[in-house]
Amino acid sequence: MTGRLRFMRSFSGAVGVTIVVFVVAVAIFGRYFAPYDPNVPVTAPLSPPSSHYWLGTDFLGRDVFSRLLYGGRSVITLAALATGLGYLIGMSVGLVAGFSRSRIDPVLMRSVDVMLAFPPLLFLLVLISGAGTGVQVLVIGVAVIQAPGISRIVRTATLEVSVRGYVEAAIARGERSYAVIVREVLPNIMAPVLVDSGLRFTYSILIIASVNFLGLGLQPPASDWALMISDNRQYIAIQAWAVLAPAAMIALLTIGINLTGDAIARSLGRSYVPKTARSAVI
Amino acid sequence: MSDAPAPVVQVEGLSLGLTTGDPVVEDVSFTVGAGQILGLVGESGSGKTTTALALLGYTRRGVELRGGSVSISGQPILGQGISNLRNLRGKVVSYVPQDPGGALNPSLRVGDAVMDVLRAHRAGAASLESVKASLERVELGADPRLPRRYPHQLSGGQQQRVTIAMACVCDPPVAVLDEPTTGLDVITQDRILAELARLRDDDGMAMVYVSHDLAVVAKMADRIVVMYAGRVVESGPADEVIERPRHPYTRALVSAIPDFRRPRALRGIPGVSVGVGEWPSGCAFVPRCRYAIDRCSEALPELSAATPDHSVRCIRWRELASEGADPGDGRAAATAVEAEDEALLQVDHLEVEYRNGRRRNTVVHDVSFAIESGRCVALVGESGSGKTTIGRCLAGLHPPSGGRILFDGSELAAFARNRPLAARRRIQIVFQNPFESLNPRHKVSSSIERPLRVLRGLSQGEARTEVGELLDRAKLPRRVGDRFPIELSGGERQRVAIARALAAKPDLLICDEVTSALDVSVQAAVLELLSELQRDLRLSMLFITHNLGVVACVADSVLVMDRGSLRESGTVAQVLNTPADEYTQRLLSAAPCLPDGAYS
Repeated sequence: MTGRLRFMRSFSGAVGVTIVVFVVAVAIFGRYFAPYDPNVPVTAPLSPPSSHYWLGTDFLGRDVFSRLLYGGRSVITLAALATGLGYLIGMSVGLVAGFSRSRIDPVLMRSVDVMLAFPPLLFLLVLISGAGTGVQVLVIGVAVIQAPGISRIVRTATLEVSVRGYVEAAIARGERSYAVIVREVLPNIMAPVLVDSGLRFTYSILIIASVNFLGLGLQPPASDWALMISDNRQYIAIQAWAVLAPAAMIALLTIGINLTGDAIARSLGRSYVPKTARSAVI
Repeated sequence: MSDAPAPVVQVEGLSLGLTTGDPVVEDVSFTVGAGQILGLVGESGSGKTTTALALLGYTRRGVELRGGSVSISGQPILGQGISNLRNLRGKVVSYVPQDPGGALNPSLRVGDAVMDVLRAHRAGAASLESVKASLERVELGADPRLPRRYPHQLSGGQQQRVTIAMACVCDPPVAVLDEPTTGLDVITQDRILAELARLRDDDGMAMVYVSHDLAVVAKMADRIVVMYAGRVVESGPADEVIERPRHPYTRALVSAIPDFRRPRALRGIPGVSVGVGEWPSGCAFVPRCRYAIDRCSEALPELSAATPDHSVRCIRWRELASEGADPGDGRAAATAVEAEDEALLQVDHLEVEYRNGRRRNTVVHDVSFAIESGRCVALVGESGSGKTTIGRCLAGLHPPSGGRILFDGSELAAFARNRPLAARRRIQIVFQNPFESLNPRHKVSSSIERPLRVLRGLSQGEARTEVGELLDRAKLPRRVGDRFPIELSGGERQRVAIARALAAKPDLLICDEVTSALDVSVQAAVLELLSELQRDLRLSMLFITHNLGVVACVADSVLVMDRGSLRESGTVAQVLNTPADEYTQRLLSAAPCLPDGAYS
């Protein structure tokens, strides 16, 4: 493999992509293989795994395996949308702030600092109580929570890249700022950004799960991995699979995304993973 | 030197290799007597630093010892346990690193850094007085507050002196110096070299001086060992090696040194140095050697004694000895181009300042000069003299705070984006650091295509054909176009940067220290290319450098700058032969150059 897919030649790249493809495939197509209706109790609540109910049943007696096959789509979609939107906002702010070298930089960054001062959950709760519950509100809320942290990392990386010779050469050619940013700066800050994105995606899932837990995001009886974890938490001592199975899927996805991100970052010419960028997360 | 003192360093058949199998250093042997300086010379990748580190019993990650022995003051170094080695390092053999800024702990005051060495080896003598005494030895005693300073508060030269103080504080009989003056400007370099010479004379310290710059080594060393592809290719007394180099590689290295007292067309060594794992079966220098014959690649030549004290690894050294010097063409031929009288660029009373909050720092003060079309003007000065800032102003990267810049009769706007397309196209800049001046995420062809498309409005197809021609011009194989910068060597990258600048068909080329990050042999090749381009394309050039030897080889006239002001200007011959200004005289006397009898 060459070109853009050459990161798959590395072990971590290959494993990461395999894991991500597997989890996403389960989330999208799993429901067509579900043995039972995910929302109808099939046997006694909290039954242990058996040959009929591979992962046992949850606190209402619904089949955990079927719910697992159904429950990925919503949480992955929401988290991906929210993280993607967060990157759109955060990267724009970070690139402009880091590249401008004018008053815009302190103005943007101090606004970001104000945003960072809000406890994320509190912010989301205020937003939801004002705009009502709904998928769009949830996605926008999580994106707004993610954006400040992203913009800080992007700005730091941009500052470092902006003084390089190739950026100055482009400026000396009189190229428009947009062209310089997209052509010269953006590709060279992708390494730290990609490494960070895996962590951010996980964090989005976490926020969505916590909001669901507070009863403000997705509502029961929707089958959703995050919801499954929060619903069955109390019964973990009796029927651990109802919590562990969805948790394992989220963990697996996280590991897959992080491995892929690391492998791509490393394939971008050099292994550039600044520790400061990592510790600046959130 | 003839009555050789007892050797304090004895290296026998030293071999090191990568843990993956490829050899890095093969069968290196040499000795250094007390109070002697041995120069270990070679290009990047020749194994000289690996050899030097082995003298401290240290191998870099991924490198392992294969055989041989190193003994210092009679004590074997290799094969010692780590705690024994720790005892020896700093007390018996010490190390001065290349990049003092990176080697000093930024969170440790420099006095404490010296103290740490004392505590490790002479706990009894660890006192503030002995720290001060050691700093005095490197001429840092004048400022009583210096030991309380942090490394970032010191200049590059002071930092390097601190590392030398650390290396000498326990009076080890041997010090290993790894390119200690690379990255310092000539005057600072000269002072450091003088201090090292004094340490050797006063304390009888033996030194192993690693460098790619033969001119510096010629000034310091008693003996020279030349390495190529991990093997010693020539070794002998310094003056012998410099005056009568036997190996073609050493000859080429000597010919590549720019020397302001003997301006001549430099000849770089063609090709690139062989890397680890690419060693050919015969003599490793064959692909680049102008004297190579078929027999050379058959077997590895033995190290044979030209004189009892001078050995060379070449099967043809006897025949070549009679052949004499390579024919060289003088610079005179190159300057035959008559300059037009009209000034292409006129700089009037330029003032530049940097603002840091409310503080204003004037870096260029009232500088005026002109560049006639087809001429090369050199701008010379130490680091911090403002020479790079002038180049950036011309390129539209930094706004002047006063004065004006006229290009072809019309005044230039401060920022590039406000200049007309023609002005942006006609002024191009090549940056100092080839490792940072190419976008690592774009292929070489894409980097060169960009100015073709943006500045000359060529279509994609036209641009693509022209990229090939530009690579030819820069003497790069066309396949380089499909490579990413990381796959190229420093010299190749700098050629790509030059090709990118040429893509705009410029009239004025600003070269900002374009060779300072390169090995001497690569520098010569790049300078050769620039001179040729200047002649063929009738380019005007502003050549910014701190190296006076380079000036003599490429420039027609010189501007000398010191702390933001112009100190002297005139033709190269005038300024270099009869410098009027005291500062120019200092620069000239500090510039390292080969001794009079040197091979040429």
